[in-house]
Amino acid sequence: MKKYPYIPHTEEDIEEMLKYIGVKSIEDLYAEVPVTITSDLKIPESQDEFSVRRHLEKLASENISLKDLSVFMGAGVYLRYVPSVVHHIAMKPEFLTAYTPYQAEVSQGTLQALFEYQTMICELTGMEVANSSMYDGGSATAEAVLMGLRISRGRKVLVSKAVHPEYRITTKTYVKAQGFEIIEVDFDKETGETSLDDLKSKLDEEIAVVVVQYPNFFGIVEDLEKLRNEIPENVVFVVVTEPVSLALLEPPGKFGADIVVGGGQSLGIYPSFGGPGLGFFATLEKHVRKMPGRIIGETKDVEGKRGYVMILQTREQHIRRAKATSNICSNHAHSALTTAVYMSVMGKEGLKEVAYRSMNTAHYLLKKLEEIGFERRFKGPFFNEFVFKVGGNYEKKWREMVKKKVLGPLPLAKFYKELSDCALACTTEVTSPEDVEKLLEAIR
Amino acid sequence: MTIFEKSKKGRKAYTLPPYEFEDVGNDIPEHLLREDPPELPEVHELDVVRHYTELARKNYGVDVGFYPLGSCTMKYNPKMNEDLANLDGFKYLHPYQPEETTQGALKLMYHLKELLCEITGMDDMTLAPAAGAHGELTGMLIVRAFHDSKNDTKRKKVIVPDSAHGTNPASASMVGYEVVEIKSSSEGLVDLKELEKNLDDETAAVMLTNPNTLGLFEKDIEKITSMAHEAGALLYYDGANLNAIMGRVRPGDMGFDIVHLNLHKTFSTPHGMGGPGSGPIGVKKHLTDFLPVPVVREKGGRYYLDYNVPKTIGMVRSFLGNFLVLVKAYAYILVMGKDGLKFASEMAVLNANYLRKKLSEFMKIAYDRICMHEFVVDGSYLLKKTGVKTLDVAKRILDFGMHAPTIYFPLIVHEALMIEPTETESKETLDRFAQILENIVKEAEENPEIVKTAPHKTPVRRLDEVTASRKPVFRWR
Repeated sequence: MKKYPYIPHTEEDIEEMLKYIGVKSIEDLYAEVPVTITSDLKIPESQDEFSVRRHLEKLASENISLKDLSVFMGAGVYLRYVPSVVHHIAMKPEFLTAYTPYQAEVSQGTLQALFEYQTMICELTGMEVANSSMYDGGSATAEAVLMGLRISRGRKVLVSKAVHPEYRITTKTYVKAQGFEIIEVDFDKETGETSLDDLKSKLDEEIAVVVVQYPNFFGIVEDLEKLRNEIPENVVFVVVTEPVSLALLEPPGKFGADIVVGGGQSLGIYPSFGGPGLGFFATLEKHVRKMPGRIIGETKDVEGKRGYVMILQTREQHIRRAKATSNICSNHAHSALTTAVYMSVMGKEGLKEVAYRSMNTAHYLLKKLEEIGFERRFKGPFFNEFVFKVGGNYEKKWREMVKKKVLGPLPLAKFYKELSDCALACTTEVTSPEDVEKLLEAIR
Repeated sequence: MTIFEKSKKGRKAYTLPPYEFEDVGNDIPEHLLREDPPELPEVHELDVVRHYTELARKNYGVDVGFYPLGSCTMKYNPKMNEDLANLDGFKYLHPYQPEETTQGALKLMYHLKELLCEITGMDDMTLAPAAGAHGELTGMLIVRAFHDSKNDTKRKKVIVPDSAHGTNPASASMVGYEVVEIKSSSEGLVDLKELEKNLDDETAAVMLTNPNTLGLFEKDIEKITSMAHEAGALLYYDGANLNAIMGRVRPGDMGFDIVHLNLHKTFSTPHGMGGPGSGPIGVKKHLTDFLPVPVVREKGGRYYLDYNVPKTIGMVRSFLGNFLVLVKAYAYILVMGKDGLKFASEMAVLNANYLRKKLSEFMKIAYDRICMHEFVVDGSYLLKKTGVKTLDVAKRILDFGMHAPTIYFPLIVHEALMIEPTETESKETLDRFAQILENIVKEAEENPEIVKTAPHKTPVRRLDEVTASRKPVFRWR
C-alpha cells in the first residue's frame, strides 16, 4: 500500500476499522455514490516533498521579486519594511491552524488579538466600531455601499472617479445585482480632487450614499471637510482610506464619515501578488446593527475574569440566513492579526515616522522629476503618491525599465483614458536615494 | 491584559534606516493634518513577542489537537507549503507588475486552475474569490448574468435545502434573489416531490451541497440535476464537502453548472482563525463568458491575465486573488497526486464511519447509516434524560483537551453535534475522542452539574455572551 505523509492509516488500521464498521471494503462505503470518473484524470501521480519544493522554487525564480527592484508603484499595494517579529508571530501554529473562534473558551488568543486590532483600526480611522476584517479593500468598499443603502433609503450611489478603479468595478458588480444605480462623480481636471461642482450637480433626493477616497487614487488628500459640507446629513458618507496615511492625516471620523473602509496590506503584509491582503471596516455605534462581518466584544466569564466573544451575531448569515447583513463568513482574521502585530511593533511613533518618510520622499521625488523636465499633473496636495505627465508610449518604457531594475510609476492608461499620458508614482519608507537616482536615470 | 495596558510612553520596538532625504515640505492644508496621533501601543520588541505568545497559548489549532468541526474540514496543514508561500519570488510580487516579470506566478495559477477543473469536471475557473461565501456570491452573480443574457428576467428565486449552510441563502439574497428553503425528506436528503413543487420558470438556480451537511450523499443527484435543468434553472455546487468524494465522482459529471471550492478546507491551506481562505469558482462551457475578470490564460507558452471576457460579471475584489493561498493548495495537490487525493477522501470517509459507529454505542446518530466524511449526533435524547444540552457537551470536551464539533447545525437536527474527523487523524485519536464522549455521557447521567458548568480547565470559563451583545464593548477604551 502506498503511504502519504499527511495520512496516518496503516493497512492494519484500515482493516480493523472496516471490520468494526461492518463492511468488507472501502468500496462498500461508497455503495450509494455513482462513479463518474471512468478514465484517468489528467493529474500527476503523488510526488515527494523535495521534488515539489524544487518545482515551486523554480516557478518563484521565474518571477522578478520586488526585493530586486527599485519600486515606485503603489496603487493599493505597497512595498514596506516588515519587521521579522511580525512574520514569526503570525506563523505561530496556534493562530495559523485555528478556525473561527466558535468555542470562545479555547479561542481567547484569537478573540483578544482581534479585539485589539479593532481598537487600533478605530484609533486610526477615528471611528467608534470596527469589525474583525473583510477580504480586501474592493469588497470592503462594496459592502460599505450596501450597508449605506440599508441605512439611507435611496436608490442611487455617487462614487468619485478618484476612488481606486478596481474598488469601483467591484462595488458596481456587487451593487447593480441588487438593482441599485451607481453614478460616477468626475475629478477636477486641475486639482485631481473630487469635483465639488460635479458632486453638487448630481446630488438629488434619490442619492443614499457618497463614496470618496482619502488620499484618493491619485494620491491627492481630498478636503473631507468641504465634501461633507456639500453632502446632506442623511446621506451616508463612505470614506475609503489608506491606513498608514492616517498616522499623519486627520482621521475621516473627524469629518463626519459614516463608514470608513480600505485595504490594510500596507500594515505589515507582504505585497503577495495582491492577496491575501486585508479589508478593514469601521463605522459609528449608531449604525453597528447594519454592519457586515464578525465583531468581537469584551465580556466576563462566570468567575468575573475578563474575556472576549463574538457579539451581535444575529446580523450574520449563520443565524439570519437570507436576511443577514452580508453573506460573509470566512474573513481575513489572520491578516488582521498580522497588522495588529505590525502596529504594535511600529507603535505610535514608528507609524508616524513611516508615514512622514513615505510622504516626504514622494515630494522630493517630484521635485527631482520636475528638475529633469517632467510635469506634475494635478495641483492638489498629495501624500505619498502623485500623478505626473510621461507622454505617450510610456508603457513600453515602463516595461523596459525593469531591465534596469526599476519598477517605474504605474502607467495610468490602463485605468483612465483621459490620463493615458500620465503615470502614478509612489514612494514608501523603503525608497532610498539610490532608488531615486536609478529611476531618474531610467525614465529620462 | 491588553497590549494597550502594557504600553509605556517612550518605549519602542522598531528601527528604521537613517533617513537621507532633506525635508522638502508639502502643501497639505493645516486642517487636514492630524492633531491627536492615533493611540497605538508603545512597547519594546520582547513585550510584543511575550504578549502574542501568551495569546497563542490561549488558542487551539489543528497543530494542538483534534479539531472535528463538521463542514470545516480541519485537516492538517503541511508545513512545507508555508515555506513555499514565503518565497521572495512569490510574496514580493506586485499585482500590476509587467506580465513578463510574473510568468512563474501566472503559470502556477494557470496550472492550479487546470488541476482544479480536472478534479471537479469543470471547463474553466476563476481563482479570484477570497472565501467560500465570496465564491457563492460570484456563482450567483454568474447565474443572474446568464439568465439576463437570455432576457429571461422572470427568474427571481433560488432553491436551497433546509440543511444548507447559512451562506447559501445569504449569498443568493445578496444578488437580489428570493430564497425558497425546501424541507429534507425523512431520509435526510432532498425531497424530490418538494423540489418538483417549487421548481418552475421562476427558478434561477438550485444550490446544493453534496454530500450534504448530514454527511449523506444525494443519491438521486442525477435526477435532481435533470429536473432543475428541465425547468431552465442552473445547478450550483457548494464545495464545502468535496473532501468526501475526490477522485471518485465529479460535480461536473453529476450535472452541476457551477462549483465552488474551499481551498482552505479540501486543499489543506490553514484557516488562520477564520481566514484568509480562497474560494475558486468553476463553470461549464456555457458560463465561461460570464467569469469575473481577470482570468488567467495561456497562449503560445506565455501566461497572461485576460480582462476581455465578453459578458463578464465584472470584478468581485481588487487584484487577482489570494495568491499565497493558491501557492499552498497547488503544492498540496502535487504532493498528494491523483492517487493521494482519492485516498484522502477514502480515509476521510473511513474515519467518519468508524467514529460514527463508535459513538452510536452510547449516543444517538441522526440518520444512522453509512455516511460520507461527516455525520451528525442528535443530542435531544441526552437533554431529555439528563438536562445536559449539546452546548454543555461541547464545553466539556474542551476540558479534555480536544476541540468541540460544530454544534446546533444543521438546523434540521435538534441539539446537533456535527462531526468531521478528516483523513489526517489516526485511529488512536478517534478512539480517544470516543472515549472522552463516552465519559461525558456517563457524567451527564451521574453528575450532570460538572458538565453543565463546563469548561473548568480552559484559560477562561463560560463567558457571558448575552451581556456582551446587549451592552457591547467594541474596543479597548
